[in-house]
Amino acid sequence: MAKTLDKVDVVTVGAGWTGGIVAAEAAKAGLKVVSIERGRERGTEDFLRVHDEYRYAFRYELMQDLSKETVTFRNRRDQRALPMRTMGSFLLGEGLGGSGTHWNGHTWRFLPYDFEIKTITEKKYGKDKLGPEYQLQDWGITYDELEPYFDKFEYTAGISGDDKNPFAGKRSNPYPTGPMKKTPILEKFEKATSDLGYSPFMLPSANLSEAYTNPDGQTINACMYCGFCERFGCEYGAKTSPEITVIPAARETGNYEVRFHSNVVEILHEGGKATGVRYINWMSGEEYIQPAEVVVLNSYVMNNAKLLMVSDIGERYDPETGRGTLGKNYCYQILPGATGFFDEQFNTFMGAGSLGMTIDDFNGDNFDHGDLDFIHGGSLSITQTGARPIATNPVPPDTPAWGAEFKKASIENYTRSLSIGAQGASMPHRDNYLTLDPTYKDAYGVPLLQLTYNFTDQDKALHKYISEKATEIIEKMGAKQSVGRAPITDYDIVPYQTTHNTGGTVMGADPANSVVNTWLQHWDMENLFVVGAGNFAHNGGYNPTGTVGALAYRAAEGIIKYSKEGGSLV
Amino acid sequence: MADEKKDVSRRDFLKTAGVATGALVGGGVIGGLIGYNAKDGGNATKDGERSGGRADQSAGSPGGRMFFTNDHDFNVLSEATERIFPEDDLGPGAIKLGVPYFIDHQLAGAYGNNEKEYMQGPFYGGEVTQGYQSRLRRKEIFLQGIKKMEQEAKSRFDKDFTDLEGDQMDEIITAFQKDEVEMEGVTAGFFFRLLRSAVLEGAYSDPMYGGNVGMEGWKMKNFPGHQASYIDKIDSKEFVEIDPQSLGGHH
Repeated sequence: MAKTLDKVDVVTVGAGWTGGIVAAEAAKAGLKVVSIERGRERGTEDFLRVHDEYRYAFRYELMQDLSKETVTFRNRRDQRALPMRTMGSFLLGEGLGGSGTHWNGHTWRFLPYDFEIKTITEKKYGKDKLGPEYQLQDWGITYDELEPYFDKFEYTAGISGDDKNPFAGKRSNPYPTGPMKKTPILEKFEKATSDLGYSPFMLPSANLSEAYTNPDGQTINACMYCGFCERFGCEYGAKTSPEITVIPAARETGNYEVRFHSNVVEILHEGGKATGVRYINWMSGEEYIQPAEVVVLNSYVMNNAKLLMVSDIGERYDPETGRGTLGKNYCYQILPGATGFFDEQFNTFMGAGSLGMTIDDFNGDNFDHGDLDFIHGGSLSITQTGARPIATNPVPPDTPAWGAEFKKASIENYTRSLSIGAQGASMPHRDNYLTLDPTYKDAYGVPLLQLTYNFTDQDKALHKYISEKATEIIEKMGAKQSVGRAPITDYDIVPYQTTHNTGGTVMGADPANSVVNTWLQHWDMENLFVVGAGNFAHNGGYNPTGTVGALAYRAAEGIIKYSKEGGSLV
Repeated sequence: MADEKKDVSRRDFLKTAGVATGALVGGGVIGGLIGYNAKDGGNATKDGERSGGRADQSAGSPGGRMFFTNDHDFNVLSEATERIFPEDDLGPGAIKLGVPYFIDHQLAGAYGNNEKEYMQGPFYGGEVTQGYQSRLRRKEIFLQGIKKMEQEAKSRFDKDFTDLEGDQMDEIITAFQKDEVEMEGVTAGFFFRLLRSAVLEGAYSDPMYGGNVGMEGWKMKNFPGHQASYIDKIDSKEFVEIDPQSLGGHH
């Protein structure tokens, strides 16, 4: 028998970036907020001995416990979906801070083009540029409307950058802190790309170039370039994360509580309104009902979609008929690039997650696609994130995967190879979607989310084109051997690629093709908000967190407004 | 008969590893295999021969086994890891780096028991793109795989795996890599990939896990391990060599 608790103003499912932002803003506005978090409390003090590649990067110390819950996956609808039994292609977060604890910190604003991609593509290239199976749609909001929220997220996070990207959307303010150090590796990329006529700039970073106190009064320290960011927490409090910014800001109001070890299994609703959430504390085994005036889903792309499905809110997308919006437009990212092998030796083991330089000359519609069989592109960067020895074993093609030759080549090239890579945009396709799995269940008896996903012809063309550009750059950088990434075939969930999953709960101006409106308020349930990269109608050519942060600030404003006035916000 | 053969192979194995038997290996062959030699006090000698770097850890040393109950199984594993990551002029191979112990310890714990993995059925083979679909846990896959390697040695060469020439061992490992060996509940290719990853993990993880003995894996690669900061060095145009530091050596 579930125990019903006292009602609160706002309940968030999850306490990562989006849950933390909503909690901080709502609690500062005087609302009583509770976050239900399945993981544990954690913070900077837990990361003093974090330089342990095996534990954190290979055994996924900070990530979701898949023995309790995972997703199922297949490439095509005619296959049987099977559970993702081990972590691989993407890394699901868990615990205070969520994936915001173990991210690298690349903090971008999606291009103005992204938000109006359908309109711009049709205007410039006609209605048939991509086939009808690509379900391109505008986001219902423009870059200019979102700009104040980008600004707000960047000032909360203290982002370090240099404002030198000629293709970026207009900014109301410069980056709050200056760029990170331009190391010899970065200078090499800067020179090569400049010589080729491109426009390199410093990658906007949440590993801060200097100590910074944000408008909430929270301090983020200066990065020490220790080389342990992605998959790790920061022992210096120098990588902006929810647990050192928005979470303490929310707690300091006295209006906020995080309830740990608690897994939400259902959104409760009655008469077209959410009434609260049902959750299980997996330590005590007790079941609780947390009633709330407003329910906010902040539990990543996958779990947000799943909770709506298992709670029977909205119509699930059916790829046969094209009906339904929940679960459609699942996108990922593709990773074109090139590796160069050099004679000289570099300090590849030093670095920071967001230490890098980028060109946007092949991102968005910054180059003409008239003669190309794809749209969009990707930001192309060199990063010096700190090469770690278990994961980093670069060898030239035709080197065996083990044995004497492998050992020699991988050791030699560990400090003598550099890679550049793109965050390749991903367009929605009719056959790529999320639904519920009919067979497999989580530890609480709830169905797993089922992912059907494969790379498309658009992806393959984009990957090939940008890999060629990357190869030219790495050659220009003086590599004695340059190797472009091999063409992509079927998506494989085993090797790590990127935790940039998007879609499934997309935003838009029309309930016919979106799940939430542009305040991330559910079309069918006005006191339910769904926040995260699931709102993206497609995935752009950048890491998503900057845009997710902006959307979360907008949702927070909407939630506060709704709490005062009620009703639909559009 | 079989015992005789085993004894011979044990002796040969010790010979190959260049380690004298003695009081030191009373606890098993294995102390010797990784160069667990108290005599040189854990310091590297001039000719590149190194001890385990553990002379100060004689009590409670990682040089004991938590998972493998059978010496021969462990020796097959050891030889296979050494073929994957052999000793050469750059430095030690998997055996001297303690990789077999690392794998043994990991198989006894969360890794071997798939504690953080989704292990609910039903189980189906699935596509390669769907990843790990075996009903078996890693410890069961390793044990079966090692025994299959031994079987392959017997059927192909009529010898114990540990008595084979290097290229014969390579032939068998390659057969696993190419999925040409039948296994139960898992494919040979999958076992090979697990084994290869585990070897690299053992060679390059912090020495506190029992591999990367003396940080020799890191030294070969010029990775300095656990360093607080590179803020004063990252601007350097020259390659910077830094003495490595492990978490275990930093109390």
